[in-house]
Amino acid sequence: MVAASQQACIVGIGQTEFSKASGRSEQQLAAEAVLRACQDAGVDPKSIDGMTTFSLDNSDEVDIMRSLGCEEIKYTTRLPQGGAASVATIVHAKNAVESGICDTFLIFRAMNERSQYRFGQPHFNISPDAHSSTFMEWCFPFGAQTPAAWEALSCGPYLNKYGVTSEDLGRIAVTFRKAAATNPASWFYEKPITLDDHQNSRWIVEPTLRLLDCCQESDGGVAIIITRADKAKDLMQMPVRILGAEYSMLFNHEIISDFYAGDLIRNENSEIVADRLEASTGIAPKDTNVAMIYDNFTPQILRQLEGFKYCGIGEAKDYVKDGHLELDGKTPLSPNGGLMGEGYIHGMNNITEGVRQVRGQAANQIENANTAFIASGVAGAIIGK
Amino acid sequence: MRPDPIQRLDTTFFWDACERGEFLAQKCEPCNKLWHPPRPMCPDCHSLEKSTQNLSGKATILSWVRQVRPASFGFKESPIVILVELEEGLRMVSNLVGDEPPEIGDPVEVDFAKTSGGKAVPVFKKVAS
Repeated sequence: MVAASQQACIVGIGQTEFSKASGRSEQQLAAEAVLRACQDAGVDPKSIDGMTTFSLDNSDEVDIMRSLGCEEIKYTTRLPQGGAASVATIVHAKNAVESGICDTFLIFRAMNERSQYRFGQPHFNISPDAHSSTFMEWCFPFGAQTPAAWEALSCGPYLNKYGVTSEDLGRIAVTFRKAAATNPASWFYEKPITLDDHQNSRWIVEPTLRLLDCCQESDGGVAIIITRADKAKDLMQMPVRILGAEYSMLFNHEIISDFYAGDLIRNENSEIVADRLEASTGIAPKDTNVAMIYDNFTPQILRQLEGFKYCGIGEAKDYVKDGHLELDGKTPLSPNGGLMGEGYIHGMNNITEGVRQVRGQAANQIENANTAFIASGVAGAIIGK
Repeated sequence: MRPDPIQRLDTTFFWDACERGEFLAQKCEPCNKLWHPPRPMCPDCHSLEKSTQNLSGKATILSWVRQVRPASFGFKESPIVILVELEEGLRMVSNLVGDEPPEIGDPVEVDFAKTSGGKAVPVFKKVAS
């Protein structure tokens, strides 16, 4: 464990508006988000000396440096596994600054995944040897060609075993949209839904996912600045400490197309992450004050609630039904409205919301939010005052 | 019509066999373990010596879906997609012949379907339980 003065802290967050047609390039969205994060922190963008993003991000590090004027980058890395690894960016940021390699570390993700390409639609021109897409070879000729189809296929055994109904999933969507309705930054601001709306929404993938079980496709950018506590204390915002951050990728497991290993019931990697976090921080995810859990599709919430040990295996649908995910419940879930309600910047806007909650600056502020759990399947982090 | 499979150097044996009406898995020659999806190296013994083994074609349905919106690209109508566990313990994504949704646990057996470019892929049909 590092000395308190050397602990990694999130000191700046920035985001663009979340829309369906940004009208500008992904590089520009990234640059705008980074500038806002730097202004929020009170650091000069030229001083950024390390950065990470997703392997799927289209903006090159060189171009980010060109726009922001970063003088020298000492460490870069790109992460596989799409949104499932969104919180793994925190693991890398923590290591980069606590090791002393970097002083001012940037995480960025920007995408025009609604106006420039449809992230949720079949992409049949992907090279089979391109990063993260060899799995397509075994799905595409069988007509399983979208994230929704892969998700529904992989969670079928779980939903079947525990008798999870479409109404059970609908309650999750209603919860997200209720929070989004009172968050002015969300795409679905002032647009809550009822369980009937969910039940009447069209099928995307039978027999599991309706339209309102799916996250959005959004245009937008998000950026986060991390440094060490001794530097953070002189900046603009109250530092939000990264108390713990863990990541687990397991043999023969894939991400959304996780068909080939395990019992198709438990999220073993989430269980490992939860255990390691509790061991390293003394805090279990369920003991934090707010939960930012990656919501690409509603079934993922059930499997992660169980994987991160908020409840026992098979109990998540009742945990939701009992109202625990409401903003005044014991596990307030994504008060920004999550990726379904606020916007889908590949999970990164859930991290910035976790930071706002701990700072006390959120639109739907949870009282006494001293700690937040941010999670994306294979990765999780606990942040706090 | 059904899209052709993407073929890679490490996997083309699987699809070529389907064209001949053979259903194969990669077998590690020294340790006899079967692997799917195929890969260049045995993850157990790290041998590069690979052969193939004929599979029985008997399988059980673990999960099924139908991609409604957008409809499956290349198909006249979106097929029923199934995840199966083969008798040999391997799992794969495939299709159920016909348009009647199955029950999880239904037994199926392999068949082959042609693709738009004259290739073939393994699909499954129901058998009496």
